[in-house]
Amino acid sequence: MSLVLTVNGRQHTVDASPETPLLYVLRNDLQLNGAKFGCGLGQCGACTVQVDGKAAYSCLLPVAAAQGRAIRTVEGLGAPEAPSPLQKAFMDEQAAQCGYCIGGMIMRAQALLDANPRPSEAQIRAHMQPNLCRCGTHMRILRAIRRAAGLPVEAASA
Amino acid sequence: MSPAWNTPVLPAAAAALALALAACAGGARLPPPPPQTFSAAEIEKGAELAKLADCQGCHTADGGQAFAGGRPLNSPFGTIYTRNITPDPRTGLGRYSREAFIRALRRGVRFDGAELYPAMPYDHFAYADDEDLGALYAYLMTRRPKDQPPTPNKLIPPANIRGAVAIWKALFFHPGRFQPTPGRSAAFNRGAYLVQSLGHCGACHTPHNFLDAEETSKPLQGGVQEGWYAPPLNALSPASVPWTPEHVYSFLRTGFDRDHSAAAGPMGSVVRELARAPEADVRALSVYLATLMQPSPAAKGAARPADHVAQAAAAQPAGARLYAGACAACHDAGAAMMREGRPPLQFATPPQEDRPTDVVQVILHGLQPATGPRGPYMPAFAGTLSDAQVADVAAYVRARYSDRPPWKDLASAVAKARRQGGEG
Repeated sequence: MSLVLTVNGRQHTVDASPETPLLYVLRNDLQLNGAKFGCGLGQCGACTVQVDGKAAYSCLLPVAAAQGRAIRTVEGLGAPEAPSPLQKAFMDEQAAQCGYCIGGMIMRAQALLDANPRPSEAQIRAHMQPNLCRCGTHMRILRAIRRAAGLPVEAASA
Repeated sequence: MSPAWNTPVLPAAAAALALALAACAGGARLPPPPPQTFSAAEIEKGAELAKLADCQGCHTADGGQAFAGGRPLNSPFGTIYTRNITPDPRTGLGRYSREAFIRALRRGVRFDGAELYPAMPYDHFAYADDEDLGALYAYLMTRRPKDQPPTPNKLIPPANIRGAVAIWKALFFHPGRFQPTPGRSAAFNRGAYLVQSLGHCGACHTPHNFLDAEETSKPLQGGVQEGWYAPPLNALSPASVPWTPEHVYSFLRTGFDRDHSAAAGPMGSVVRELARAPEADVRALSVYLATLMQPSPAAKGAARPADHVAQAAAAQPAGARLYAGACAACHDAGAAMMREGRPPLQFATPPQEDRPTDVVQVILHGLQPATGPRGPYMPAFAGTLSDAQVADVAAYVRARYSDRPPWKDLASAVAKARRQGGEG
């Protein structure tokens, strides 16, 4: 069936069955490959995008339920030549190792900073808790988030 | 000032009066004994009882020191913040003698004689032995003290006046003593004692009246606390598979049972403590609770797991589509979670319950493992599904996995659960 999605401020008409996970439509129909398939179970966060400003697992969101809502992917933040402040902070802190989780990490962190530009260390850690990095770069990811928020890059006590 | 105040008679009279008051309070105003006077055996016994009573569950704030209080509890009359029960002399139990502590637990009276709000389940603790309450005192008085003043309660009138509790007590607080059932096993009677007294299961699992008192004529028939529905633990149990002592034990010990479901909401904290409680006591709880649930429909063969795929899809097409995209990856036959030994949803209790509260809570807020990192986990859908979509999924789950009529009040249940947030 034909569905209209609003992704990164642009409207797209796609042909998909309504229960298809949003992730598949983003990657296969719209060629937005920043969100990754990790577990498909809402346990790792590699597929995280924003829906109406909140971090959401796109692997568990049926595309029909995403109609009429503002979807934002990592491609909507900035491009390699013009990265967003948060993307720049991830680059400056070398937060990516293999990089597979990073699109999801950035989108979850951006949702926090949009709602709370100066979060506490405890708030950052609680908010980022659902997203996993198999390489173990969590400390660099936390530094990047603090940098983007204008906080001291080394952690205060949580 | 009258000259009479200067006569020496009055200090003596005042002293006599003070003595008389102390006598009335049964030693409640005596200073607490020093920690080294408690025996190791008594402290150990108190530690076990504190787990069975889940004192920590209410008396620890998120991220706070154990027993230092400050956790908000919701009531129909506003928010009550639990008190510091570390032995701190200024803000904690340091002001309680053993007698004052036992009086507080048994009669709901503070060290200074003020009323305690019945959020503290003294209507259950009244059934505990003095010896057990004394052991609990020994354990709590040997914890690390924390100077943490109480957070002021946010209660509406007249509940904001402590004295009003006296009226509440006159109406509803008439405890007896625990009576073992003759002819039953020692395990059954031990379980009955723990359920009725320190375990205070009825604080959640018994319905409460309009003044938030337990309806003692309906013990363990199901109640609502902290936004969750605590299902009946007796003949009204809505489970689709009978609860045997082995099933109850598995659930209480690990927060999970293969033929039922996972502990969620406030039960998560209960399980975290029972996981470390003495095995014999958890077995006794299991024997007693399984016996209470023996007349339930499932145990009599009148209820069984249901899976009405076609009918549910026809009745709830929107919910069916959402379920296929959002839920089936874990919950359908052959899904990864099924291979992990998770029970299919027709075995779970929430879809069978009379109200949608728990299904809605779990969809919105997900599940965290009750004990340690390994255990049932479900992501929260509050951020991804709208209220109407959550209601559609819940209606589909009900239609597919139960033989019971559709829930009527789904939209308001979802709105309410979203406002309240969730635990677990």
